[in-house]
Amino acid sequence: MTLSNTLTIAKKDFKAYFSSPIAYIVMAVFSFIMGYMFFSILNIYVMQSAQFEQFRMGKGPSLTENLIRPIWGNMNVVLLFIIPFITMRLFAEEKKNHTIELLFTAPVRLSEIVFGKFLSALGFVTVLLLLTLPYPLTLSIATKPDWGVIWMCYLGTVLMAGVYVSVGTLCSSLTENQIIAGALTFGAVLFFWIIKWAAYNAGATWGEILGYLSIIDHFEDFSRGVFSTKDFVFYLSAVGMWLFLAYKALESYTWRS
Amino acid sequence: MIEVQKLSKFYGQRKAIDEISFTVEKGEVLGFLGPNGAGKTTTMKILTCFMPASSGTARVAGFDVFEQPLEVKRRVGYLPETPPVYNDMIVADFLAFKAALHGIKGPDAKKAVGSALENCGLSQVGKRLIGNLSKGYQQRVGIAQAIVHNPQVLILDEPTIGLDPKQIIEIRGLIKSLAGERTVVLSTHILPEVQTTCSRVLIINEGKIVASNTLEAISAQLRKGNVISLLVKNNVTGLMGKLRSVNGVANVTEEPADGGAAARFVVTAANGGEIRDAVSEIAVTSGAGLLEIKRESLSLEEVFLKLTTVEPSGSQAGEPSGGAL
Ligand SMILES: Nc1ncnc2c1ncn2[C@@H]1O[C@H](COP(=O)(O)OP(=O)(O)O)[C@@H](O)[C@H]1O
Ligand SMILES: [Mg+2]
Repeated sequence: MTLSNTLTIAKKDFKAYFSSPIAYIVMAVFSFIMGYMFFSILNIYVMQSAQFEQFRMGKGPSLTENLIRPIWGNMNVVLLFIIPFITMRLFAEEKKNHTIELLFTAPVRLSEIVFGKFLSALGFVTVLLLLTLPYPLTLSIATKPDWGVIWMCYLGTVLMAGVYVSVGTLCSSLTENQIIAGALTFGAVLFFWIIKWAAYNAGATWGEILGYLSIIDHFEDFSRGVFSTKDFVFYLSAVGMWLFLAYKALESYTWRS
Repeated sequence: MIEVQKLSKFYGQRKAIDEISFTVEKGEVLGFLGPNGAGKTTTMKILTCFMPASSGTARVAGFDVFEQPLEVKRRVGYLPETPPVYNDMIVADFLAFKAALHGIKGPDAKKAVGSALENCGLSQVGKRLIGNLSKGYQQRVGIAQAIVHNPQVLILDEPTIGLDPKQIIEIRGLIKSLAGERTVVLSTHILPEVQTTCSRVLIINEGKIVASNTLEAISAQLRKGNVISLLVKNNVTGLMGKLRSVNGVANVTEEPADGGAAARFVVTAANGGEIRDAVSEIAVTSGAGLLEIKRESLSLEEVFLKLTTVEPSGSQAGEPSGGAL
């Protein structure tokens, strides 16, 4: 696998986002929802702080616990809805338009194609995340948020989004219908989001396994500003596994077609 | 340049190509001719390493398509049946992307894109969005992406399908101009296409190769018996019988003649024997007045029909399908 080929594909697909209106709609919707959430949560936080100032009872609200963590918790849910729209086109569109024949007969490896496409979508998600930077920056004007926590939250979000995107890459490689690809992706990531529910009823061993597979649990440490190697490894291996399955699906696509 | 041996491909239970073998020499322009569903696209997809064969081997430019696909892909330019173009890309950017996939970057890429645009008559539309171009121009973009990396082998799958007559002529001209040193394989189900562009044809039907030669040779091969057309001034009585009695003549039919001639006889020789001198002698000695004698050359269309029309079951065995033959 060479980086150069991977980047050629990634660049082409990244640019493709911005030549369709979908990118701008997704960006607008995401920014709007995140802005709305930020100011609502900020409002609650300010009220809590004011109450605490008045009564001075118990522990006061903390920026990290009562502002930053809720914001990122919500951001991760919003991404769950938005990422299927970003990944659905990756392979489905190429199949539909027959451009996949160009990619598959060019002197590049299938792994470079898959990884390049994954990077293009993750790159676009990163652009979405950059659009939320003004919110913590606004905080910096008024108070002193812990930027260590904020950067860790961003890192954790990129990793988690990476898993969503890799699932999306797989789903898009299975069909030439973008709607089907998007719906499959949404169903799959939502399932891994709530997989823990089954853990409560499963036996000890299965419960532990299901709990381990829960995407959101691995975000905990990052959201507290702690870099956790084991969660980092979890996210990377999940990405690797889904992309490998996408690779296999595409390989068999050409064997069948 | 291309060597194919006993190549077969199954789609599930269905056999799309059946142990086909052929070779294409360097610099040749080979027409791959066959009706829809014959297996042309399947063969081309295997040659371009889009998909593997079920059995058999194929080598392109000295490399096995299964063992060394990257080496093959580097040397091949491929235009699939549907031009693989991104509608939301600008023509020049698209060609630069294709060049980059071949590792051509920077000033080299600029040069490669420039000459591909020029060779395909696209210089005027280099900055346009592909989606806004006419079908003929999109096809040119499809060809341009196939030649941007200057490949030794060009594989074009039905390059004129869906174009209007003017565009078809233009694209054929373009293909001819691109051939040059390159080895070209182009598939088509339209006869005149091979007539105008190819040096040799390979006729494929239901997954099997049924003929491979120059067009003239295939026509001759099909002319089981020589067919001669004879034009006479007077249809003297007994002429028909005399012609029939000539040694080596299988059949004689009379057709209405035009102009000052009285009759036209179509004489078919058995086993392709030479009967022209004997037939003309009869015409002269019987006093019919020989106006014209010529060999009927089979139109390519007839050849094609002959090659691909299956005998309806129930017709008599041994009876050739084309009565005129
Ligand atoms: N993806 C596929 N799945 C099943 N059958 C196919 C597929 N592609 C082609 N075929 C069948 O294989 C045969 C050859 O098809 P093709 O190579 O496309 O022919 P051509 O290009 O000469 O029209 C046809 O009978 C076609 O129906
Ligand atoms: Mg075809």
